[in-house]
Amino acid sequence: MKRYVIVGNGVAAAACVEGVRSRDRDGSITVISAETRPVYCRPLISYYLEGKTGQEKMDYRPGDFYEENGCRVLYGTKAVCLDPAAKTVTTDDGETVYYDALCIAAGSAPFVPPFEGLETVQDKYTFMTLDDALALEKATETQKDVLIVGAGLIGLKCAEGLSGRAKSITVCDLAGRVLSSILDDEGAKTVQAHLEGHGLRFLLGNTATRFEGNTAYMKNGETVPFDVLVLAVGVKPNVLLIRDAGGAVGRGITVNERMETSLPDVYAAGDCAEGEDISCGMRRVLAIMPNAYLQGHAAGVNMAGGNESFGNAVPMNAIGFFGLHLMTAGFYTGEVYEEKTPHGSKKFFTENGLLKGFILIGETQRAGLYTSLIRNQTPLADVDFDLLRQTATAAAFPAGTRADMFGEVV
Amino acid sequence: MKRIYVKEEWCLGCHLCEYNCAFANSGKKNMAAALKDRPIFPRIHVEGKDRITFAVSCRHCEDPLCVKSCIAGALSKKEGVVVINKQKCVGCFTCVLVCPYGALAPGEDGVMQKCELCLQNACGAPACVAGCPNRAIVYEEREALE
Repeated sequence: MKRYVIVGNGVAAAACVEGVRSRDRDGSITVISAETRPVYCRPLISYYLEGKTGQEKMDYRPGDFYEENGCRVLYGTKAVCLDPAAKTVTTDDGETVYYDALCIAAGSAPFVPPFEGLETVQDKYTFMTLDDALALEKATETQKDVLIVGAGLIGLKCAEGLSGRAKSITVCDLAGRVLSSILDDEGAKTVQAHLEGHGLRFLLGNTATRFEGNTAYMKNGETVPFDVLVLAVGVKPNVLLIRDAGGAVGRGITVNERMETSLPDVYAAGDCAEGEDISCGMRRVLAIMPNAYLQGHAAGVNMAGGNESFGNAVPMNAIGFFGLHLMTAGFYTGEVYEEKTPHGSKKFFTENGLLKGFILIGETQRAGLYTSLIRNQTPLADVDFDLLRQTATAAAFPAGTRADMFGEVV
Repeated sequence: MKRIYVKEEWCLGCHLCEYNCAFANSGKKNMAAALKDRPIFPRIHVEGKDRITFAVSCRHCEDPLCVKSCIAGALSKKEGVVVINKQKCVGCFTCVLVCPYGALAPGEDGVMQKCELCLQNACGAPACVAGCPNRAIVYEEREALE
């Protein structure tokens, strides 16, 4: 009987369990979970603060998930050491767990820069886990002035989540625009204006340099008083177990299409893993939930002796703020086509006859057709791209493609 | 399992499938009361260009990307049918971003809705197929291609 061990208990870990069990009903699975709760939907923590979901609805899988899948879960336990020669993982409880196949799905941790005076700030939070959200909920029980450092996906979703609870919200970022990892200048301006319309105040190209109690001293000399501080500067993949064991790491744990690390019988998946982004051909950490699932599932299948490849990863994000939905994917390179509509805008990037990326703001209908053009690297010569730019429709595909899409089991 | 398949050469582009869908999922007894003078939110929609039209609804993929991508654990597969738990959906649109068929869209309440083959409503079989005047959509078993 094979022994499977999974470090981490997020979506990639759950997907790994499902991948293993799709091939092996008998092997033992041990899940080492730093958090003390069953797998839940982490990206929903901002929706929780906003009151759009509740704790009882945030479970990722039904309550009997681990039992049904024969998993032993070590809650509140951290894996502290990996010995690839002995094939063991040691936990902070001192338990040694043997594996035949191991998956590191340890996610990432908030990156907190060493701000001067940060230790003098009483009410400071990061925004990553449900515990963080619960703590922030408590901290904002009465109306507070909130300062969020970081105008990325995490910082802005946190801002939206807190907007109904806080007296004021100021968001600062060293970058000159919001969502700098996924938007260009023009898109960022549109989104910023929308957010400002909902009461958020921005200090961009300007960040906190030091703190003194409830005051942030900004780079441009301004001071910002606050009650509650949220640090959403960025995240760093949890790579230590692999790095300390001598495995290859870049920014994340280096994996191939089968999610194998450089260590034998050790796999990695999710926010801690760094694979190839086919839209730009570079190795990147693609810390998004669909990839966490797809990677985790592939890892699980392969751990159980199967052969599942996840070789078409691209960055992609669907994110909305106060009713404005944006979708972005791929890499912004090459020729740019822009379509403005009464409800928003679409920007497409093409290179060498392929769609490489897009930015859709307020115009998101059937955008999956665009995403699949990027992921499948479909030659644009084979489709009516003029039509596609206006509207995402399979009418732009050849009749034979449509017959496969809508006339076959897919 | 039985799925809906499209015969675009037979599609008249009449949009009746959209009305039958919206009615079937309205829970109302009278079509006029359910649909008249208000925007409708069907789970099937007619697309086309020039003289080609066809109706698109969920393909109930063998390996559904939407289920794997859902950030809320709201989409799942039950006996082959891709179903949505609307109580769990937060309307993040990730499923829209990944579905290669364009089969998911928000309903009137802002959360996603999708074709569940009318197995969850009073019809018991797709109302769009039953009402198609030219058999341009059919509900039947087909073998998966190798």
